Order: sequence, then structure tokens, then C-alpha cells
Amino acid sequence: MIKVENLHKHFGGFHAVDGASLEIAPGSITGLIGPNGAGKTTLFNVIAGVLSPTSGRVTMDGEDITGLPPHELFHKGLLRTFQIAHEFSSMTCRENLMMVPANQAGETLWNTWFGRKRIADEERALRAKADEVLEFLTISHLADHKAGQVSGGQKKLLELGRTMMVDAKIVFLDEVGAGVNRTLLNTIGDAILRLNKERGYTFVVIEHDMDFIGRLCDPVICMAEGKVLAQGTLDQIKANEQVIEAYLGTGLKNKEAVGA
Amino acid sequence: MDFLNAIVALSNFVLVPAIAYGSQLALGALGVTLIYGILRFSNFAHGDTMAFGAMATVGMTWWLQSMGVNLGPLPTALLALPFGIMAAGFLVLMTDRMVYRFYRQQKSKPVILVIVSMGVMFITNGIVRFIIGPQERQFADGERFLISARDFKQMTGLDEGLAIKTTQAITVITAIIIVALLFWFLNKTRTGKSMRAYSDNEDLALLSGINPERVVMVTWLIVAALATIAGTLYGLDKTFKPFTYFQLLLPIFASAIVGGLGSPVGAIAGGFVVAFSEVTITYAWKKVLGYAMPDSLAPDGLVQLLSTDYKFAVSFVILVIVLLFKPTGLFNGKAY
Ligand SMILES: Nc1ncnc2c1ncn2[C@@H]1O[C@H](COP(=O)(O)OP(=O)(O)O)[C@@H](O)[C@H]1O
Ligand SMILES: [Mg+2]
Repeated sequence: MIKVENLHKHFGGFHAVDGASLEIAPGSITGLIGPNGAGKTTLFNVIAGVLSPTSGRVTMDGEDITGLPPHELFHKGLLRTFQIAHEFSSMTCRENLMMVPANQAGETLWNTWFGRKRIADEERALRAKADEVLEFLTISHLADHKAGQVSGGQKKLLELGRTMMVDAKIVFLDEVGAGVNRTLLNTIGDAILRLNKERGYTFVVIEHDMDFIGRLCDPVICMAEGKVLAQGTLDQIKANEQVIEAYLGTGLKNKEAVGA
Repeated sequence: MDFLNAIVALSNFVLVPAIAYGSQLALGALGVTLIYGILRFSNFAHGDTMAFGAMATVGMTWWLQSMGVNLGPLPTALLALPFGIMAAGFLVLMTDRMVYRFYRQQKSKPVILVIVSMGVMFITNGIVRFIIGPQERQFADGERFLISARDFKQMTGLDEGLAIKTTQAITVITAIIIVALLFWFLNKTRTGKSMRAYSDNEDLALLSGINPERVVMVTWLIVAALATIAGTLYGLDKTFKPFTYFQLLLPIFASAIVGGLGSPVGAIAGGFVVAFSEVTITYAWKKVLGYAMPDSLAPDGLVQLLSTDYKFAVSFVILVIVLLFKPTGLFNGKAY
């Protein structure tokens, strides 16, 4: 579904992504692991159109999407969340979700004046949908809270919720679990599995929690120093010499150290 | 009686002018603050956008007047306003196309855009002077006073008169309507919410169904409307002269910054803070104090803190004071 070919992203002389190639199969939940500074977030940013690559190619279903701006990728069904949760801080959680779908009736000046009924109907449907998503994520009670004031973990849930407001094809989740307690993490895991099964979302998940990765992801890709080291099941990855070496000193078993 | 006279004199020379001037500054500062919130730079060309929009309105007003069209007691300029707004909208959309968009695509730093906007400022300034000339232009017509000082004195029997110019009344009423419309738009319509979302968090907005170019376009159009209305009201209240709009840049920026750049509510509050400070500090209080105090204490001098020549310094001082104590402005704008 997504194919990354020999991708490079350099910041000055520093090669954050250094010739990464990988392929994401449709319908899969792919885990992306690697020590801090491996270039995972940078890879996401390049794929999602936030950064333009120094060289290399990204294709989606055979179509070249290299360097397309984020909102065009959004229309193609490619969504991502941020390592540090983003939100529209001055709006409520519900409004945050309602912002997501594109081409709403209320966007044209014409409808603002003459399409009041259409807008109202659409708003009602959106609102219902947003409430459904909040319910699904077990944060209904936050619907009317300003998104800037909820906890970090709840913002992560909201980020995931945003991807549920539209029919996405592929969703890139950057450290959904970071700073999230065990219970919330399980909720997030359940949501991902359900979206994968019921709506056919493809996921690419960056996560340091190996239990989480093991429960959800197949295959797992390991990156280090901007390159893809290995790909396979989590057990294969854990047994891989190169991977162990890359994690040496950080300790693959010690997830606190890796997640730091 | 003296007490009433003091209040009337205060209203006449301080309150009424400051409220009218504050409304004009507020409308100007709203334009600056919207650009800052959404396009993320301080637009130094804003004063000249005001001049351009006002110029187009003046031209249209003259044409309407020559055709014998008028609004009776109201200034004809109100009829010409939509035309001025369209002209200014055209100007800003063209500059965005030809200038700003390039830098936006390069993801240029705000400081570069600020300098670019200075270039736009000089060019717009040149265009305005080229078209209408640098001198003062008269375009106000209709009834001059809502209440004249003489009528007021006759009505109340007081020694002091209270004059309210039609333009002052129109300024305040228009400002209230425009601000109400703007806040309704920002809070209730999808496009307005998109603008707020974009201002809250650009990265996230780009990853939602929000088309950034559309948000930018709508923002420019709103800013053009605000600038034209502010410019025309100021021109009606005083006179139209291209250079004054350049001078207004300082109090307008002071208002936006004092209120908190990026915050619409702050821009309005800032406008009134600056206007009231400017008017009270440069007003000669002799008369008001003369009424308010017993004769023995009545002041001899003018009791004027600063001569009106220094009125622009006032904005500057307020700016420094507020930034010293509250760097994000009164209403917590965004500090980049
Ligand atoms: N905008 C940037 N400018 C310079 N260096 C950057 C930038 N973004 C990331 N880096 C560097 O690139 C490397 C990879 O970062 P990142 O992709 O965030 O790693 P990961 O997400 O795998 O922890 C890091 O060493 C980081 O310091
Ligand atoms: Mg990262």
C-alpha cells in the first residue's frame, strides 16, 4: 500500500533518514521500533508531507506521493498523529473532532447564508459521530472540556479519535503510548485492533512498549541511524544480531530505558 | 451644576473622541492580529492597506456625489464602502499571489515575511500617492453633527456643550456591528472555526480537512474589509491623507501587541487602552478640573501632561509598560 524507496532526509550534514526502504502491506498493523534518534519520526514526517525528502520516493498504491502537502495526503486517506500530541487548544474536545472532516457544507459563503438547513443537518450528524468516537475512546465526559486542558494521555486518545472521524486508509501513529497509563494504553490498543478489523485501516505504529507491539503488530520493522535494520515478527526482530547491537547500551528488554 | 459641567466637558473632549478613536484602532488592530495569528507575521503594510481601501472608497464617493447620489444625513462614503472593500480585497489577494505565497511555500521565517511586508508597504504607499496624491482630501458629507454643542447647551441649560459628530456615532455603531459579525463568523461558521484551528495549531490544521490556501484567502479578504472600514472611518472622522495611515501603524501595532498578538478580543481592548491613554495624556485638563475643583484649587496652567505633538510617543510608552509586566499582552496572545 505504501512503498518507501531509498529515502534520504538530511538536516545539514546530518543524515536523519539515510536510505530507508520499506513496504507496508494493506490491512497490516506494522510496528516501527528503534532507539531514540533512529529517524522514525523524521520518516513519518517525510511520508506525511511535513518535510520534503532530500532524495527518494514514496508511493501509495502505485501513485507517487513524494512531497505532496499534508492536506492533499489527508484527502487520499493518509493520516498521522504526533509524537507530542497536538490539539486545537481553544476548542472543546468535541469541536476538535468535528474539525476533522473536509469539505463541510459550512465552508462556502453561499451555504453560510442560504444553506442553513444543510449546515445544521451536517453539524448534527458530525456531532453525533464525534460523541460516538468519544464514547468509544471512553472519554465522553471530556466532550465539552477545552482540549488544551486535558491530560497528555487524553490528548493522545483524542489524536486517535481524529483518525476515526473520516474513512482513513492508512494511519501513522507516532508513539501513541508515550506518557499514557496502562489502562489507557489498552484502550488505545483495542481501538487500533477494532479499526483495523472493522474498518480495514492499515496502521504503522511507532512504539517503545514491546508488549504493546507484540500484541498488535505484525510485521515489525526496526530502524537505527536512519536505516532499516530488519523486518519480521517481533520474535525474529528480537533475535536479530544487528538489532541487538543497535539497542546495546539501551537494552531492548528494559523498556523504560528505550521509552525514555 | 459645576459637577455636571465637568462631566460634559470630560465627555466632549475626552470620552467621545477616545471612544471613536478607540473603535478605529480596534478595527485596525483586528486586521493586524488576524494576519499574525494565521499567517504568522507582523504585517507592516496594514496601514497602507487601510489607505488603499479608504482611497478607493473616497474615489467612489466622489463619483457617487457627482452623480447626485447621497444618503441624506449620512455620509455617502457608507454607500461607497463595499466598493472600497472589493478594491482592497483585490489588492491583498494580488499581493498574496505575487509576493507572500512564494515565501509561504518556502516556509520562510516570520522575520523575513515582516521585511517583505515592509516592501509591500512602500509599494502600496506609492500606488496610493500616485493615484490620489499625497494631499488631504475631503469626502465627508451629510449632516455634520448628531448633537451640536449649541443644541446641547440650549437643551440642558449648561455652560458646557457636548458635540457628537455624525462620523463619531457612525464609527462606533459600525465598529460594534463589524466586531459582532466577526466574532459570530469566527465562533459559529465552519470557515471561521477553520481559521481559529489554523491559528491554534497550524501543523494539526494541515493534517485535517482544512485547506490552508482557502483559510489564507478568507483571512486576507476579512482583513481587507476591516482595513477599509477602519481607514474610511478614520478618514471621515479626521480627513483622508495617505501619510496619516502610515503614522497610524504605531498605535495600531501598539493596540494589537498590548492586547496580545493573535487575540481578537485583545486587539479590541488594546485599541481602547491606547486611545484612552493617548487622549487623556495629551488633553489639557484645565477646564474639567476648573469645574470639578473648588475655585481656590483651580489650576492655573493647562494641566496637559504631554503636548499633542507627542501623541504617538504615548503608544510607545504603553507598549513598553505592558510588555515589561505581561509579555504576552493583556489577553495572552501567542509569543513566537
Ligand atoms: N528539524 C530537525 N533539524 C535537525 N535535526 C533533526 C530535526 N528533526 C530531527 N532531527 C534529528 O534527526 C534524528 C532523528 O530524529 P527522530 O526522527 O525524531 O528520531 P526518533 O523519532 O526515531 O526518535 C535525531 O538525531 C534528531 O536530533
Ligand atoms: Mg520520534
